[in-house]
Amino acid sequence: MNSLKLKPKQKQRSPGNVFSGSKGINLASKGEKYLWSMGGALIIGLIMIAAFLLLILVNGLKTFYPGPVHRVTLTDNRVIAGEPFRREKISQDQTLETSREDTCSAWRTLYKTGNFDLYNKDFRWVDEQDIKQISEPKDIFYIERTEWGPFIGYIHELNLNHETFFFSRERLSQLKKEHKAAQARRNILKDLKKKEMGSINHELDNLRLSLKRVELDHGKDSVRYKTTLDSLSAKRKKLEENYGEIADKIEIIIKKDAKYSVVLKDVSGIEKRVNISDIIRFYPANNLTLSQKTGIYISRWIEFLTAEPREANIEGGVMPAIFGTFAMTLLMVIIVAPLGVMASLYLKEYAKQGKLVSMVRICVNNLAGVPSIVYGAFGLGFFAYCVGTTVDRIFFPEYLPNPVYGTGGILWAALTLALLTLPVVIVATEEALAAVPQSLREGSLACGASKWQTIKNIVLPNALPGIMTGLILAMARGAGEVAPLMLVGVVKLAPDLPVDTIFPFIHPERSFMHLGFHIFDVGFQSRNAEAGKPMVFVTTLLLISLIGLMNAFAIHIRSRMKKKYSVGQ
Amino acid sequence: MIIKPSDIENKEIQTIYHPQKGEQGSVIDIDTFSLFYGKSQALFDTTMDVEKGLVTAIIGPSGCGKSTLLKSLNRMNDLIDNISINGKIRFEGKNIFDRDTDVINLRKQMGMVFQKPNPFPMSIADNVTYPLKIDGIRGKNVLAETCERSLKRTALWDEVKDRLNESALRLSGGQQQRLCIARAIAADPEVLLMDEPCSALDPMATIKIEDLINELKGKYTIIIVTHNMQQAARVSNNTAFMYIGRIIEYGKTDIIFTKPKSMKTQDYVTGRFG
Repeated sequence: MNSLKLKPKQKQRSPGNVFSGSKGINLASKGEKYLWSMGGALIIGLIMIAAFLLLILVNGLKTFYPGPVHRVTLTDNRVIAGEPFRREKISQDQTLETSREDTCSAWRTLYKTGNFDLYNKDFRWVDEQDIKQISEPKDIFYIERTEWGPFIGYIHELNLNHETFFFSRERLSQLKKEHKAAQARRNILKDLKKKEMGSINHELDNLRLSLKRVELDHGKDSVRYKTTLDSLSAKRKKLEENYGEIADKIEIIIKKDAKYSVVLKDVSGIEKRVNISDIIRFYPANNLTLSQKTGIYISRWIEFLTAEPREANIEGGVMPAIFGTFAMTLLMVIIVAPLGVMASLYLKEYAKQGKLVSMVRICVNNLAGVPSIVYGAFGLGFFAYCVGTTVDRIFFPEYLPNPVYGTGGILWAALTLALLTLPVVIVATEEALAAVPQSLREGSLACGASKWQTIKNIVLPNALPGIMTGLILAMARGAGEVAPLMLVGVVKLAPDLPVDTIFPFIHPERSFMHLGFHIFDVGFQSRNAEAGKPMVFVTTLLLISLIGLMNAFAIHIRSRMKKKYSVGQ
Repeated sequence: MIIKPSDIENKEIQTIYHPQKGEQGSVIDIDTFSLFYGKSQALFDTTMDVEKGLVTAIIGPSGCGKSTLLKSLNRMNDLIDNISINGKIRFEGKNIFDRDTDVINLRKQMGMVFQKPNPFPMSIADNVTYPLKIDGIRGKNVLAETCERSLKRTALWDEVKDRLNESALRLSGGQQQRLCIARAIAADPEVLLMDEPCSALDPMATIKIEDLINELKGKYTIIIVTHNMQQAARVSNNTAFMYIGRIIEYGKTDIIFTKPKSMKTQDYVTGRFG
């Protein structure tokens, strides 16, 4: 038995002896010596990505969930109410400043107190030593308003069409009904202001511009100018009458709104009258069932995704920014795809491979490394100021001194980003073209196909998945780019979308909103950094999802193409 | 005796031609044709006539210029940069290197089959009808007829008739090569150029291709480059032996293989070098 056991051991050792000689076993020749470091590098990368996604996901998803509202009685008998927002340990130094010697439970809590109109701030730090009592009263309400941020407090009185009621729980359904009616009125009001008044303003502007056009073409003293002036003033009169009618309608609605109001009372007893139409949403924060909470959560998400921003972008939705990001990226891909593919087709298939071509190739590769803000500066200087002002001078002289194309806009932004992503597309397309086997090209040419027929029928279909990969990379880079956009057309708040119902429906000269810039604006440019912080996460989550969605769509198309042209089918 | 390259380069080689009785006349006439890759010369004054309707084999050791000569016939060498030529190749009496030659038309008259099967990543039917489609022929009946006729001629029809719309890449290597031959004859060319068509195939597939060549003989003029001497002996009527860019001997296949005049030819066909 013993000898049998030994034998395999000796056998195992002998190959090692053969290769390593007298120096002992060389690990590198036998095993994968650095496998752990390669695996480790991958793991570190994965952990970083997962942690990043988790942070964005958790912070982004919890933001809209309605939390409880605490009524906090302090040791000096002052009372505050608010949503507990964040809790942190105070360091030794901070406690010393507040001259506290007891450091055992040196925690403090940030409460979102709302009521900016009453307190001049939205948030308040409370040291936990100062707290005498915390309660969660069932009748406290969290009320989101169109201005001044949320109100946290009690509903005291209802004023419904000159009748006054004290608020009690039985009146809640009545308030809800009135709130629904008021919301309908608010929507009508918005439509009147934005669509009807907007279109009248637009037409009035057009009249002014056409008159100016005639003036520029024929001079102020010409007969034509005078006849145009007469016909236009008649039209203008009619439009102004319409305008007056709409203004009257608006007036009626505003008067009606003023008749329906509530008197709110904060925890310290300060009263505040608010029109019901100015309330977006209200709920008894501590008296909600799970389904009610979910309902609020979903309605807030819907508002976020479909509404326009309010209150310096901190509240409301980001629909214009979603649309802007999407439209700009799409426009960019539409511009960069043919440009990049044609350029690399020439480089790879037609140009004589030599020093010049490799120089061009090196330059293209280096262009990919140029900081994006440089492209922004170029876009502003060349597209907006140079091309744009020329276009304005030739086609829109009547608009001057107001620029039409002579300033940042979605078209210029898309062109700038197309330029920025062009190297990515060219490099990827060239690689995809190079990956098409030479034998296929020869086969096609030998069949009597011309070079272009070969490219069209054989090379391009085979390279298409690779080209799509390049476009996906370009799209991901373009959609996430902010710095150059700040120079060529992104704004904090765009009054109109680049696509609307006013002729010619698509307005490539308009400035637009962008999710990336929105994050920057909300997080770092708003009056209230603390209130903006959750919005930063939500918007980031949205931006990532949007890019992910666009990429997923592109990848789906690519895999369908691959199937169509490859062995699998 | 083993010939070193230096033996040949040092003295002029006179190509040995055996008398031929061409009944049909020649379709391709290679006339003192030389070819240079940059500065290095690959073909030296090659001269030979290709008889119409017969199979002509070009044999020789690797790197002797067989493929280069073959690819010159339909000007596939144009794809390579830095090529210069000297001499003439006449196709049906017309020099193919004339300025007014329509290269595309020339290639349409000369179907070509490559060393490795290169079916396009499309369906079988699309592969066969590709030469017609690039000519703008769209008629479904014409395309289907051509497809069937070509596939029948290459004895592939029975194997693939039920899956004409499947990817051609799913076929076996031998089937792929026969598909490539079907594609090459779909547009009814004069000449079929085959560049070592069996070198990537197994013996069974090779036999099928050889049978096919025998079938196609007469309908098309076939020029086949091969380094397999048995294959040349089996399928060809005429054989040219090439060595280091020169045609050493050209004549009837049985004469080349049994009674060659050149010592080098004899050494090669008897397997002493190559």
